[in-house]
Amino acid sequence: MSKNQSAVMLRRNFKHLTRNPTSVFNAVLMPVVMMLMFVYVFGDAFDVGVDYIDYATPGLMLLAVCYGLGATATSVNSDMTKGIINRFKVMDVSRSAVLNGHVVASVLTNLIAIGALLGVAFLLGFDPSASLLDWLGAIGIVVLLGLAAGWFTIALGLAAKSPETAGIAAVPLVMLPFFSSAIVPAELMGPGVRQFAEYQPFTPIIETLRGFLNGSPDTTDLIVAVAWCVGITLVGYLWASATFKKRA
Amino acid sequence: MRSSAIEVSGLRKAFGDKKVLDGIDLTVAAGTIFSLLGPNGAGKTTTVNVLTTLMQADSGSVRVAGHDVATEAKAVRALIGVTGQFAAVDELLSGQENLQLMVDLNRAVTGNGKRIVNDLLERFELTEAAQKPAATYSGGMRRKLDLAMTLVGNSKIIFLDEPTTGLDPRSRRTMWEIVRGLVADGATIFLTTQYLEEADQLADRIAVLDQGRLVAQGTPEELKRQIPGTHVRLRFATVADLDAAARLFADSTRDAEALTLRVPSDGGTTSLRALLDRLDEHSLGAEEFSVHTPDLDDVFLALTGHATEVGAK
Repeated sequence: MSKNQSAVMLRRNFKHLTRNPTSVFNAVLMPVVMMLMFVYVFGDAFDVGVDYIDYATPGLMLLAVCYGLGATATSVNSDMTKGIINRFKVMDVSRSAVLNGHVVASVLTNLIAIGALLGVAFLLGFDPSASLLDWLGAIGIVVLLGLAAGWFTIALGLAAKSPETAGIAAVPLVMLPFFSSAIVPAELMGPGVRQFAEYQPFTPIIETLRGFLNGSPDTTDLIVAVAWCVGITLVGYLWASATFKKRA
Repeated sequence: MRSSAIEVSGLRKAFGDKKVLDGIDLTVAAGTIFSLLGPNGAGKTTTVNVLTTLMQADSGSVRVAGHDVATEAKAVRALIGVTGQFAAVDELLSGQENLQLMVDLNRAVTGNGKRIVNDLLERFELTEAAQKPAATYSGGMRRKLDLAMTLVGNSKIIFLDEPTTGLDPRSRRTMWEIVRGLVADGATIFLTTQYLEEADQLADRIAVLDQGRLVAQGTPEELKRQIPGTHVRLRFATVADLDAAARLFADSTRDAEALTLRVPSDGGTTSLRALLDRLDEHSLGAEEFSVHTPDLDDVFLALTGHATEVGAK
């Protein structure tokens, strides 16, 4: 009987998430707090042409993905630095089982966080005009983004010296959505930041999400978004695999 | 079963310019405890890492349970258990969950997983703490859990890298009992330690590792005998007897206060008989006679020219 080590590792990673209150807070509650803050405190200050909650929700969904990454980086690094990886290696647990467990746990956390966020968004009057197909598209993009961010974060976590520095290494990924069209349209930003916001990968991803939730996805945005996600996934995967081989 | 569980010859390993292992040869007989003794930085952990397939050697041959660690790593891994220097337990999981994780991951385990877990918890006196996260365990409990996790696979060859470092004396003794129990059940143990007493207490054979080389190898008694310093101590009834005896043995040292004479000896029966015969010829009798062998601290100092960190203080 062959045991499914990937499933066992995933279960382990998921238990970790539920037992680490900080990671639950960062991954699930933080995006909700951010949503309340932006909608109630700053929302009226931005003129975005539509209800701010409708504008901001797709951006906050992306933020929700990023907020979960710190925990992923920390936990993958703990595995490497706290000796348990040697135990796994001697038991012939494959690299893919170890890393896949982290990636899938990361994506599942993203989905739970986004579920919570959307729940609150609806309470605040979020009114998307997406069809079932659009929703599926939106979920698809979220999963693709989760995989891309997950693999990239795991590579960062593997490359870091300690769990603490791994957590810090993921911070830029949490900051990046703020310099995109997630919270405010890029046109409202100052020169320099605006160009950065227009061309960084998160902007087409958010615009694609926004398109799906409006019921009018833009094909160019979608293609660019998918290309970014696939590209980042690939880079993250190769980097993570190489680092794992070198370290473990 | 083969008579040697582990065979190592010409093992070398360097990190960059630094030679960590510089030609290690050793053999571990099945069903025995072999102890690699050395101070911090001697290369103990590197040796364990190579022997357990975690690290590739630069050169030399290593066979564990008859399999080459470089070319048949999978076969080796299926037969060994390893407890690393730092307790490799999952701190967020409970003791019971840690063991269950090992059962779930271990392809060699096919029996009743729950029973294996419960038996191990009981054997290591962890049943009471089984549901608590390992992060709350004391150092000793963590080590026990760590070792229990290693034993899930029921491996016949077990590597223990400094299993008692950082433990209090009581936990150390408990660990020793556990190790003895494993050998009694037929396992072979490869144990590293920086505690001379530990090697002396547990090991059938000891190899002394210093800066990547084995400076001595043998049974604890053999090692003690290899070095100068073994002597016979004779206590006499009178100063006259003591002086007479001192004249017989030119290289002896006398202690008039205690009425004792120290005579250098290798501790072997031949030289002891010669010594006693010599006393007899001169009609001298000692009140008390003892062969004094140095402990492992002395061994280390004599073999390497410097004290161990533990022995130095």
